[in-house]
Amino acid sequence: MNHWIIAPIILPALVAAFLVMALSHDLARQRLVSTAATGLLLATAVGLFMLASDGTTRVYLLGNWPAPFGIVMVLDRLSALMLLITAVLALAVVVYACGGWDAKGRHFHALFQFQLMGICGAFLTGDAFNLFVFFEVMLIASYGLMLHGGGPYRLRAGFHYVAINLVGSTLFLFAVGLIYATTGTLNMADIAVKARSVAEGDVALLRTGALLLFLVFALKSALVPLHWWLPTAYAAAPAPVAALFAIMTKVGAYSIIRVHGMVFGAEAGAVANAAAPWVLPAALLTLVMGALGALATRRLLDLVAFSVVWSMGSLLVAVGLFDAGGMAAALYYAVHSTIAAAGLFLVADMVMQHRGHWADRLTTAPPVPHANLLAGLFFLAAIVMAGLPPFSGFIGKLLVLEAVREAPSAVWAWGLILATSLAVIIGFSRAGSTLFWKADVRADEARPHQDARIPVSAVLATTGMIAVAGLLTVGAGPATGVFAATAEQIMDVRGYVSAVLGPDAMIAMGR
Amino acid sequence: MEILIATGIAALTATGVYLMLLRQTFPIIIGLAFLTYAVNLFLFAMGRLTVDRPPIIATGSPGYADPLPQALVLTAIVISFGMTALIVVLALRGFLETGSDAATAKRGEDGIPGTRDRSQRGGHR
Repeated sequence: MNHWIIAPIILPALVAAFLVMALSHDLARQRLVSTAATGLLLATAVGLFMLASDGTTRVYLLGNWPAPFGIVMVLDRLSALMLLITAVLALAVVVYACGGWDAKGRHFHALFQFQLMGICGAFLTGDAFNLFVFFEVMLIASYGLMLHGGGPYRLRAGFHYVAINLVGSTLFLFAVGLIYATTGTLNMADIAVKARSVAEGDVALLRTGALLLFLVFALKSALVPLHWWLPTAYAAAPAPVAALFAIMTKVGAYSIIRVHGMVFGAEAGAVANAAAPWVLPAALLTLVMGALGALATRRLLDLVAFSVVWSMGSLLVAVGLFDAGGMAAALYYAVHSTIAAAGLFLVADMVMQHRGHWADRLTTAPPVPHANLLAGLFFLAAIVMAGLPPFSGFIGKLLVLEAVREAPSAVWAWGLILATSLAVIIGFSRAGSTLFWKADVRADEARPHQDARIPVSAVLATTGMIAVAGLLTVGAGPATGVFAATAEQIMDVRGYVSAVLGPDAMIAMGR
Repeated sequence: MEILIATGIAALTATGVYLMLLRQTFPIIIGLAFLTYAVNLFLFAMGRLTVDRPPIIATGSPGYADPLPQALVLTAIVISFGMTALIVVLALRGFLETGSDAATAKRGEDGIPGTRDRSQRGGHR
């Protein structure tokens, strides 16, 4: 048993507690400790990624209780990959936050570390109820982070966000209850085994449980019609927090892959592919709603938030195929869109802070200071997000298009992905030209401070994000190889079950 | 007993959903509380309803109650308790800062997230 598997959960938890108890009044040291801890988390994630890349599924038994009885943490290629993205994103976010956002309220770094703990836990756990608990850890921290900085508007939006997520949590509990009632277990591998032999009368109940669970994950990943909370919440959240939230939608997508691609996947007997008929149509609608929102909005932050909704649509189109090709494309797109969304939120915040009281409204305003740097960063980040060549968004979109080519709904998917891409590109180019080119030089009296400096850490974080997107483009060949291997492993339910429950469990699975 | 529990859960859920659909913060919070009561009872019932059976190993016991849902319910209660406290504070702060308990988030004319926004100051105060 390799104890490093639990490290991505333990490390942020301990650091967060330390920050609250020992350093709550010392911002400089908080920054130092939090950044160092996030760096360590990144190192751990890289180590675990290397470890998992041999294709073995590693299991960590908490308290050494044997598998279906105790809680297990499972490290396979998928969870290692998600951990790695989380850590990369977290490092950029914490560096950006050190540029000033963390001073606008208390306990930013502690909440940030707790949030990392929840996210890493959700990616690692192999237990359905434990997944609920880590979702809650992640959400509680995110409530605190979202309200960081305060203000009436943020409070209202925060109330929305909390209320909608509490409803989601309640649904999650109903679903877990149904699954436990029909299968008698909460261990994901064990559910996969027991679902095959569930009693005839219980099939409908188990299917209801699986679909309720899908509803919760769809809410998290902002799938239409459950996406309305996202633009409000993301646009109201402080920019570094919104950037970190880019991974939270991926937690929803990850859970759909893990639970509905694997546990209730093709081999789940009577409940096989319970969610499959819903994902693709909903994802296509998500594309449309995201693109319409991006066209209609008059604020930069809302534009970025709607482009996140749109990118979740593209991601889930690939997931909705529920085959290895689709999963591989979805993983590439997930990595890309996390990086792109985070980078874009950070750039949008830098632009906003230099526009005085015009903030993120897409109207003509006095010229932005440091226009060359800001416009350049915005241009790059928008290209990455909208999926224009040569960046990772383009390759990601090609992979998704290639994956759906054989599917029955290929015409719809191709048409909608391409049409909505155009809409998003129009949205971004309109925003960019309004922000940087249509400057109103006459409005001098309200000119923002020319000497407002851009913090080095902010530039570092945003260029870092764009560099990662560049790396993902240059290394697209090896990366797609890794993602294809990951997708193979996701599709191999039997390998997962025998790794968690031991080879004996395979007898119960039959054949 | 099954019918009693089932109708109880149904009534709680229905009340919760109805209250959640109202547009003020206070009914939403009460609705959430009703929903969490319903889900706690539901989880509890998912371990099957048994009377007078111990949840841990006891000699000479004719059978056992399922201990796992009880542990799940405890966790769920703790989490929902914390969440309810948080959302109450949030609603209260929202009421005190904006003077209305409408559960809608709108940017006013000034509309910068996080800055003081006088234009929303309608409501009763």
